[in-house]
Parts: sequence; structure tokens; C-alpha cells
Amino acid sequence: MKKGVMRPGHIQIRVLDMDEALGHYRDLLGLIEVHKDSEGRVYLKGWTEVDKFSVVLREADEPGMDFVGYKVLNNEVLDQLHKELIEFGCKVEEIPAGELDGCGRRIRFDSPTGHMFEIYAEKEQTGKWGVSKVNPEAFPMDLKGMKATRFDHCLLYGPNIAGTIDLFCNVLGFDLAEQVVDDEGTRLAGFLTASMKAHDVAFIEHPEPGKFHHSSYILETWEDVLRAADLISITDTSLDIGPTRHGLTHGKTIYFFDPSGNRTEVFCGGDYHYPDHEPVTWLAKDLGKAIFYHDRQLNERFLSALT
Amino acid sequence: MSSETDQTPQQFLIQVTNRQQSYQCIEGESLLKGMELENAHCIEVGCRGGGCGMCKIRILEGRFNSKRMSKAHISDTELAEGFALACRVYPCGDMQIESDHFEIKSAAEK
Repeated sequence: MKKGVMRPGHIQIRVLDMDEALGHYRDLLGLIEVHKDSEGRVYLKGWTEVDKFSVVLREADEPGMDFVGYKVLNNEVLDQLHKELIEFGCKVEEIPAGELDGCGRRIRFDSPTGHMFEIYAEKEQTGKWGVSKVNPEAFPMDLKGMKATRFDHCLLYGPNIAGTIDLFCNVLGFDLAEQVVDDEGTRLAGFLTASMKAHDVAFIEHPEPGKFHHSSYILETWEDVLRAADLISITDTSLDIGPTRHGLTHGKTIYFFDPSGNRTEVFCGGDYHYPDHEPVTWLAKDLGKAIFYHDRQLNERFLSALT
Repeated sequence: MSSETDQTPQQFLIQVTNRQQSYQCIEGESLLKGMELENAHCIEVGCRGGGCGMCKIRILEGRFNSKRMSKAHISDTELAEGFALACRVYPCGDMQIESDHFEIKSAAEK
């Protein structure tokens, strides 16, 4: 049941070297660099995103993800969900407006899988980058690299995904769109949506808490994914796997790593979800095909290389 | 002829003792990239960026330079004990290393 969460709004990613990271997120992925704050964090966005930023990079000793934020409809929703998060038993912290430049008050909460999340209602809206609000052209002329259009979702690994899925579905109003279950009926992966997309966030069961598998950015076409593969070779970027298709969500995809080892995905296409849809189920015994639809074989790296 | 020889990058012998394997690493490449270029398989390959820890090794002997690597996988204590991520280690001469030091930590161990 929808409870006023609209979309993934931002992700803060830790990197070992900011200049190298900008070579990846700005020059290769093609995100737009929009701001640097007094702490040295760099803010970026995909050109189609209307809010000021969606990706924040922070230099640190340990790569990974600090938090993911979801934008909610308004402040009434924010206050209501704040209460419900406390009732659910989350450790909740209120982050004042302006802690991220241009972003309003955020409610930060922990989760059973050990990840930190946030919700917020307000962020400066600067509009789509490089096109006008009236009579917008198809795209701006001076995009770089893969020309990623928006931050789409992330995949997170941790223990007790049942608990985090319960939190997302029953408190935040996400739907379970796709899942992987084993012979005993235990859910090993859950793909959750707050929209019509096949996933706005996904979780995979894993012993170590708080792990980050990838952040994902959407491209328009399969041709764009193939061009991304060319750019990965041209720049000698660390490739994980692809271009290929997923069984889960049926997205067409390629995975590669930023210079600090955080995994990035660019993809196009994929399934859609309405609230009356049953979850799409894949069986754990067919996990190879569920994850890599063409190879039908998992590689160890896709399961173990996490930050 | 001699000038061409001078430009050929030096190669270092890397012995991976736990696997009883060795390979030649080109000067200027990391231990991991050097191994991949030789199509040798004696260190696990992960992110290649110092983040995931899959290529964790222990350096037994040899001189090297290194780049910043994740403290989640190489603490200051471990660094002093010779542990490192092969993707961030650039040999300056022949080296002896031990691979396969990557472990997934559970919630209890973290």
C-alpha cells in the first residue's frame, strides 16, 4: 500500500580518492557535477533529474555506502512516517535542513540488514539539466561518457533481509515486485518498488551487515548499454560482467567498478509493477539464470565483491 | 637495439607460496593487474580498486609501493603485519606473497 514515498532521491557513496571518483561518476558515467560543499563532498545528478542532486561522493578510508534517501510527498507524510519508524523500533535521527546543501530536514533510520536510510520531503528543484522547462529539447548537446539519465536504484547485501523488507513494505509502503526463494521457501533476495519500476531498491541475504553491492543508473536503449561497454574498454575501467540481461527484472545491463571498488550498473528496460501484481518469483536453484540470463552461471565476484 | 631493450619495462618474479605458483609482473602494474595480464590464476580478482578485499594477500618478501586501500579489509595493524590488497600493490622488485586471505565477516565478527 502506497504511503507517500515517491522515489529514490539520493545516495551518499564513500570513495578513496575524489579526483579519481569524479573521473568515474562525472566523466565516464556522465553525471552532472552540481556542487561541492564545505566538507568537500561532491554532489552530482543525472541530467533528467529535477532535484538539485542525487549522488553525493565523500572521501573516506573505507569505500561503501553511507545512506540512501527516499523523497516523500510532503512534510505531513514525513512526520507520519517518522512516528511509524520509531514504533517499528528503528533507531531514528533527525538531520536538520541544510546538512546536505539544498536538502530539507531528513529522517535517518537504521535497518535489520545494517544499512542506513533516510526520508525527506524537500530538496531544491533546479529542473532537468541543460534543457529548458518549456519546449524542452530531446537532450542537452554536451553530455559526457555514458550520458546516464538518472540514479535509479541500489542493491544492498546484509543479514535478515526479511526484517528490512518488512520495514520497507509495512512502514514505508513499498511492494515486493520480484524475489528469489529457496527449496524451504526462505526468501534470499527481494526487489522492492515504490513506483511502477521493477525495483527502487533490492536486498540479498548475506552474513555481513551494511554491505553495498551497486548503485544503478538508467540509460535509454540497449545500444546505449553496448556503447557503455565500449567506453569501459576505452577507459580501461574495471569490468565486472556484461553486457547481458538479468532474469530478475529482465533489465539489460552491464556492471563495472569505480576506482575505489564500488560497483556501478548502467541498464535499460525491464519489467514493470502495479500494486495488484503478484511478486515475480525465481527459484534459488536457478539463481545463475535469474541473475545472468544469458550465461546462466554466477561468478563468485558478483556474490562476494562488496564494499 | 639497445635503446629498444632499455624501453622494455622490467619484469618482476612474483611467487605465490600458498598456491605454489609464480608469474612475471610488468613494472608499473599492480600485482593483480600483472597477474591478469599473464593469464595466471593465483589471486582472486574482485573490484580491482582497493574496496572489496577479495584479492587480500600477505606480503612475505619484496619491495613495493602501494595506493590507499579500504580499512574495512586492511586495518593499520594488518598493514604493519604485511597484509595488503594485491590490486593496490606495485612491486619494485621480485616478491613473495601468500594469497587467499579474504574472508566474509558475519555480524558477530564485525
